[in-house]
Amino acid sequence: MLDQSYYEKADEIIQIHGARDAALIPIIQDIQSEYRYLPPELLSYVAKKIGITEAKAYSVATFYENFSFEPKGKYVIKVCDGTACHVRKSIPILERIYSELGLSKEKATTDDMLFTVETVSCLGACGLAPVLTVNDKVYPSMTPDAATALLQELRGA
Amino acid sequence: MKYMTINNRRVEFDDERNVLSVIRKSGINLPTFCYHSELSTYGACRMCVVEDDRGRVFASCSEVPRDGMVIYTNTPRLQHHRQMILELLLASHNRDCTTCRKNGVCTLQGLANQLGVNHVRFENNKPTLPMDFSSDCIVRDPNKCILCGDCVRTCDEIQGIGVLDFAFRGSKMQVMPAFNKDIAETDCVGCGQCRVVCPTGAITIRTSVHEVWAALSDPSKRVVVQIAPAVRVAVGEKFGVPKGKNCLGRLVASLRRMGFSEIYDTNFGADLTVMEESQEFLEKLESGEGLPLFTSCCPGWVKFCENRHPKLFGHISTCRSPQEMFGAVLKEEARQNKEDTRELVVVSIMPCTAKKGEILRPEHYTDGVQNVDYVLTTNEVIRMIKEAGIDLAQMPSESLDMPFGLSSGAGAIFGVTGGVTEAVLRRIINSNKPEDLERISFTGVRGIEGIKEASVTIGDREVKIAVVNGLKNADIVMNMIESGEASYDFVEVMACPRGCIAGGGQPLPVGPRTKKARMDGIYSIDLMSQIKLPNENPIVQTLYNGILKGKTHKILHNEMPKY
Repeated sequence: MLDQSYYEKADEIIQIHGARDAALIPIIQDIQSEYRYLPPELLSYVAKKIGITEAKAYSVATFYENFSFEPKGKYVIKVCDGTACHVRKSIPILERIYSELGLSKEKATTDDMLFTVETVSCLGACGLAPVLTVNDKVYPSMTPDAATALLQELRGA
Repeated sequence: MKYMTINNRRVEFDDERNVLSVIRKSGINLPTFCYHSELSTYGACRMCVVEDDRGRVFASCSEVPRDGMVIYTNTPRLQHHRQMILELLLASHNRDCTTCRKNGVCTLQGLANQLGVNHVRFENNKPTLPMDFSSDCIVRDPNKCILCGDCVRTCDEIQGIGVLDFAFRGSKMQVMPAFNKDIAETDCVGCGQCRVVCPTGAITIRTSVHEVWAALSDPSKRVVVQIAPAVRVAVGEKFGVPKGKNCLGRLVASLRRMGFSEIYDTNFGADLTVMEESQEFLEKLESGEGLPLFTSCCPGWVKFCENRHPKLFGHISTCRSPQEMFGAVLKEEARQNKEDTRELVVVSIMPCTAKKGEILRPEHYTDGVQNVDYVLTTNEVIRMIKEAGIDLAQMPSESLDMPFGLSSGAGAIFGVTGGVTEAVLRRIINSNKPEDLERISFTGVRGIEGIKEASVTIGDREVKIAVVNGLKNADIVMNMIESGEASYDFVEVMACPRGCIAGGGQPLPVGPRTKKARMDGIYSIDLMSQIKLPNENPIVQTLYNGILKGKTHKILHNEMPKY
């Protein structure tokens, strides 16, 4: 059971976008950026408030890779594996980050809830390849060693 | 009048909503999985592809007909496409056809056969997913789903519930309730309309066939069966009897040969329901309190009202449904009957899948005893008759048993939308004159519209009635009542489109023609019955003066949960 404050926040966000079915995606995007994930209870709550079925809301939320029902770490690292980044060796960077943090494709978040690692198909910054982002801050021309240094910096911060 | 050319023949068309309808009207039955005339067009299965004179290939279900179109429906290219689609569907499908509940009536199997797909080159690389047995009514097997979305659209567009939807995307896509919850944890009412449209065995109905066979072979048990009004006009379909024909006599003969001790008619239970419900309605009309009165016969509707409109739930009649009234009477009779020491087992044959859930609701127990022990759908009983090696079509017509084998025409029409209302009006107006009966039938209660309104003068009061079929329509009416936009005195709801004759447990396929034949069949049973009013049924009178004396409320009514 979520704390009452979550529902109040959801009400606030619904009010901004209007309680209509077409506002589903902006509403759940805002909820996700508030909590860094989409609490399942809130998805059901929003569906009811904007007059769509829970199954329909779930359908939309699972269609987009971007929505996550799992709580995410403090730092969300998105490693770009689009075509440009891939040919400029993004996979070794990803593998280094995985091994540094003890994560994998199946386990994306560290137990201390500090880091979540995801891949994305293109960040639209192909000129800076290979690129990764940490909570939407872009780090260009990465190497495995630069990634290790970045993780250390983030841990220290 | 507009024309198009289909396979080099000129075909007229008018306001058909898509090219597919024109093609079908011209006598060519293009295959489809995802197209149902009563649902929105989805265009996903691509089986209805056609080619035009410029070599463009498109899905005919999603194309508006235009004057002068030139269409080909069976070119080598189209044959190749259809076979390829089927082969790919079959590749990721659980192909245990011989042991599948849908064996022989499966659209996927049928089309694979019809279009000559006899080899699948691709491996099934999908993981086997668990089945959902949580519901009392519906069984879901995701491994047999072909993602046509028929169930999704039926649950949403016809029933307004929307339990199922697509989830995930691409090769990971599945049809499931939100968060892949068990069906039992959702708002599913068990109406089974998803099973009616499902082209494969992905949605089937929970079965009680084994339990009933076991009871029948147990000498310490007295197995009594009741047959619902809508069963008799559909059961013959799978034995080559023309659609809509009343097969009650032949069904009775078959059941007797299968070992049922006594065979009765739920129409008799319906007679009791009419007596009680009209009484309740008159009392409410007189006091002016608790109106509108909602019918309680349809368990899909009762559950829907409970889930969606709990504030109005108190308006649902306290009357038990016909099967439950009859079940409770049979159990009471067994309690008072000291001669037969065998244990009574009450079986109902129903067109309905939600009835399987109804018998387990706490209010349908009397003194801790379940009123009805097992519900068999029409389909299950067809299966049992076939298992027993009986050809229903060749059976002689036999009569029902006594003492409960007599019922009125008012009970018979419970199987179609408007029937319960018409029966209650007959009882209230209390006349069996043909002109009065005809007047009632023309008040607007008959017909296939989703929401019908009628008004009748009772005494010096004008009584406003709504007759609804399909739960989406029920939702509309309930919202109007809640907002004060509409006010009624009596509201009848049947969850399934056109009533029980098209219930979730009836034989397939059920197109508009089948539905009409079954409706006509029900009305002709009423025309043929000598007794038109339940209060003229001598057995009803005997019962009120006998078994039911002093216990009417306990046996025929529910203590409904309060919200």
